[in-house]
Amino acid sequence: MQYPSPAAATYWLIQGRTLFATLYILGTLCFCWIVAKRLQPLLRAQRDPRFDRPLERLRNVLQYWLLQWRHPRYPLAGTLHLLIFAGFLILAVRAFAMLILGVSATFVPPGGPAYDILRAYAATAVFAAVTVAALRRLIAKPARYQAPAPLGKGRSADAIFLLGLIAILMLADGVIESSLAAAQNRSLPLVSLAWLLRQAFASRPPSALHNLYLGGYLLHALTFFFLLCYRPFGIQFHVETSLFSIYFAKLDRELLKPVRWGIPAENLDRVKSFGVKTFEDFTWKHMLDFYSCADCGRCSDQCPANAVGRALSPRFLTTKARDYSFRHYPVVGSAGNGTPLVGNLYSEGEIWSCTTCGACERECPLLVEYIDKIVDLRRGLVDDGRVPQALQKPLKALEVRGNPYGKLERKRADWANGDVSVLAGGGTHADTLYFVDSITSYDDRIQAIGRATASILSEAGVHFGILGAAERDSGHDVRRFGEETLFFALRDNNTQAIRSTGVRRIVTSDPHAYNALKHDYSEVPPVEHMSQVIAREVRTGRIRFEPLANRSAIYTYHDPCYLGRHNRIFDDPRYVLDSIPGLKRVEMSRCRDRSFCCGGGGLALFHEVKEDERMGVRRVRMAAEAGANVMVTACPFCMVNMEDAIKVAGMEGKMAVIDLMELAAQQMVRQAVSPALERGVN
Amino acid sequence: MDILVCARKVPDTAENEIELNRAGNDIERDDLVYSVNEPDNYAVEAALQITEKIGGSVTVVTVGGEEDDDVPRREMAMGAHHGVLLADECFQGSDGRGIATILKAYVRRNHFDLILTGVQGEDGAAQVGGMLAAMLDYPFASLVNSIEVVDGGKLRIGREIEGGSREMNEIDLPCVLSIQTGINEPRYVGMRGIRQVASIPIPALDASDLGLDTALVGAAAARVVRIDYFVPPAGDGARMLTGRRPEIAGQLLEIVAGKGGLN
Repeated sequence: MQYPSPAAATYWLIQGRTLFATLYILGTLCFCWIVAKRLQPLLRAQRDPRFDRPLERLRNVLQYWLLQWRHPRYPLAGTLHLLIFAGFLILAVRAFAMLILGVSATFVPPGGPAYDILRAYAATAVFAAVTVAALRRLIAKPARYQAPAPLGKGRSADAIFLLGLIAILMLADGVIESSLAAAQNRSLPLVSLAWLLRQAFASRPPSALHNLYLGGYLLHALTFFFLLCYRPFGIQFHVETSLFSIYFAKLDRELLKPVRWGIPAENLDRVKSFGVKTFEDFTWKHMLDFYSCADCGRCSDQCPANAVGRALSPRFLTTKARDYSFRHYPVVGSAGNGTPLVGNLYSEGEIWSCTTCGACERECPLLVEYIDKIVDLRRGLVDDGRVPQALQKPLKALEVRGNPYGKLERKRADWANGDVSVLAGGGTHADTLYFVDSITSYDDRIQAIGRATASILSEAGVHFGILGAAERDSGHDVRRFGEETLFFALRDNNTQAIRSTGVRRIVTSDPHAYNALKHDYSEVPPVEHMSQVIAREVRTGRIRFEPLANRSAIYTYHDPCYLGRHNRIFDDPRYVLDSIPGLKRVEMSRCRDRSFCCGGGGLALFHEVKEDERMGVRRVRMAAEAGANVMVTACPFCMVNMEDAIKVAGMEGKMAVIDLMELAAQQMVRQAVSPALERGVN
Repeated sequence: MDILVCARKVPDTAENEIELNRAGNDIERDDLVYSVNEPDNYAVEAALQITEKIGGSVTVVTVGGEEDDDVPRREMAMGAHHGVLLADECFQGSDGRGIATILKAYVRRNHFDLILTGVQGEDGAAQVGGMLAAMLDYPFASLVNSIEVVDGGKLRIGREIEGGSREMNEIDLPCVLSIQTGINEPRYVGMRGIRQVASIPIPALDASDLGLDTALVGAAAARVVRIDYFVPPAGDGARMLTGRRPEIAGQLLEIVAGKGGLN
């Protein structure tokens, strides 16, 4: 028996060819109809130019889609997915060949002995992987698949159903293969699924084998088309959409989405509405993200807001939007009207809970974007005047005084005790500008970081100055809290002040200012974070460190989100630490691009969010678990949050925190001690 | 319902470091940032919430100098429909009664169902609302922390009374209410909002436009004159509680209860 043709067989008096042709046409039409309906909201969405740089996009497809780059970050789930995905790719040829067999009696499937062995094991691996995955969902129930009631519903039932369908597909394929092999008295690859089934079918008469073959074929075809048309109804849609989601994924992650694509900043005043207020205010790519989310929960598993019981869980931000889209753009019936999202789909607390730390985006295997969506939703709230009371005062102060504390502009340089030259308006010139930013200028505790920075720069022989009263807040977090217009005012003010000094480079000790100057500003000289400056000066030998006096201290480095995850500066701060003789350093389990946010910077310091525990407290405990008793950070906001957290956690005396600038200034071998700056440090 | 909200500018306590001048009869006003008196924003928000629910208009009026048109403008950015500036050289130095006289002249020339003021000016004496009501012969309620419109030209209003209790009253329209700050959460006004109303002209009315007898307003007519400003001498310092945590909590409870804080 060669490949007996299901096309030529009869199923309940109907000829196979007719039956399968009808199934294929109906199934394909049904799928096309559903997909057309799914595309409907995308056509009404905001524009989003994603058609440029095809090579970079193809590279992303290769890395994140074909090679599943981010999956192994979760070893078990990642391996299971890799097996299923690889199996699908291998079995795709086979699946289409099988479909053709249903309508053509003369078709000979492509492939050869090698492919036959490969696909037998691929089907076996997929079957085993979906079984383990389903058991994992049913029995092990990993925490990240749970759904707390206020946020949304869990999708484990959906997931298990999908896994079941895949298992049926693999079994059907196995039945077809094994019944045929038994009839032909042909052996099959050892211990493959088909081989196992063949053992079971060994004693069946030829007529039974023939029926098994035809039955398996029908089951395969029905399951195939059922799956096809069922996928656009939930998490399983990513099978189709992931390729597009990854191709069109945001390439410049460090840049925030503009208020409206294609509208120059000077015309923004004429734009009627800012941000996302209704579903249709999202861009088409952001809607595509909603479809593509596989509900794997990695984003929420990494999200610090979710970890401390805030109202936000990024996974539900997406799945709730997908549910909304399916409800308002139904497969049968007409599209509904846009209702405001915040207040219905999302709570205000949910939207203000995000610290924009970026942990979710860094983890998502499908490159779903979150920060732009959160900022867009905030822009919408700001535009409607829905800003938490606690944030209104600092925002007003930023507008009037250029800092969130409402302190006088002329006191902005007081931290330096007159030891640092003021460049703007002072007639002094320098090569380098130290951009201090508000917290380091005005906060009593953080001013010490400013003085440490100044002393390091002096010691390294850098000719530098500050803007003094002419400096305004960098506006980094003003922008991320959705106040774009105020951000523009701050940025323009600073840009003009910086350019008027004629400096050739900028340094800063504040990662938020660094990120703003580097990515949100466009017409300023290049900027470096002080950790980069120190690392370079250590390499050139201009900065050397004294051995550490306290040998019992164990240090750990906490990656600030806007230095590490957002700007990939992981190694320079560690290099500086490791250059201090006698410094013992351990890593926390969550470090580098999995670092855990301290609680957020800028305006986040003014905004108390409802939570079970502070993020900082979590982080301080992580440091203790790693065996450290000194945390080193390189961000003023981390310092504020960690020092508070140590007190809240009752760990005073057991844990200390120091900024990298302070530690470097303290350990630096001083050639010529400047008494003025010496006095200033501490 | 047509609602008038009286608002004005004060030195912003959040954005200034307030210091006395050398003569000691005023604060140092160089370098000061002025903003709309915070309680007035609650009055505007209350008015906006009423008109959003039942329709009508919100007019914001301010008594001040020629440059004070930014007060009604800011409240228009918040959503108020009209803004008016009452400005005249002869208004300068008016006491509360003088301000109420100016406002009364404006109200008499228009029609409003309801007049709201903030609970008090941050540098003021919480007197204009009551005086205005008396001059207009309207009913008045102070410290209002809830407003509900009932049929038949009445409002049901809640007032905050001592010890955190609340009383409910019915009050006939037209009336004057001074609005307590807890009543709502005033909406945020960003730079974009201000920019969008920047070019709207704010009508300015002077004494003759209002048909005001200038002898009744200004410094000469003021019967209350401020004669001194001083910083009160520092009292006793903070008291540090010592002991173990449960003991500290016990002591704290005693102190709060002793001061009448636990009813």
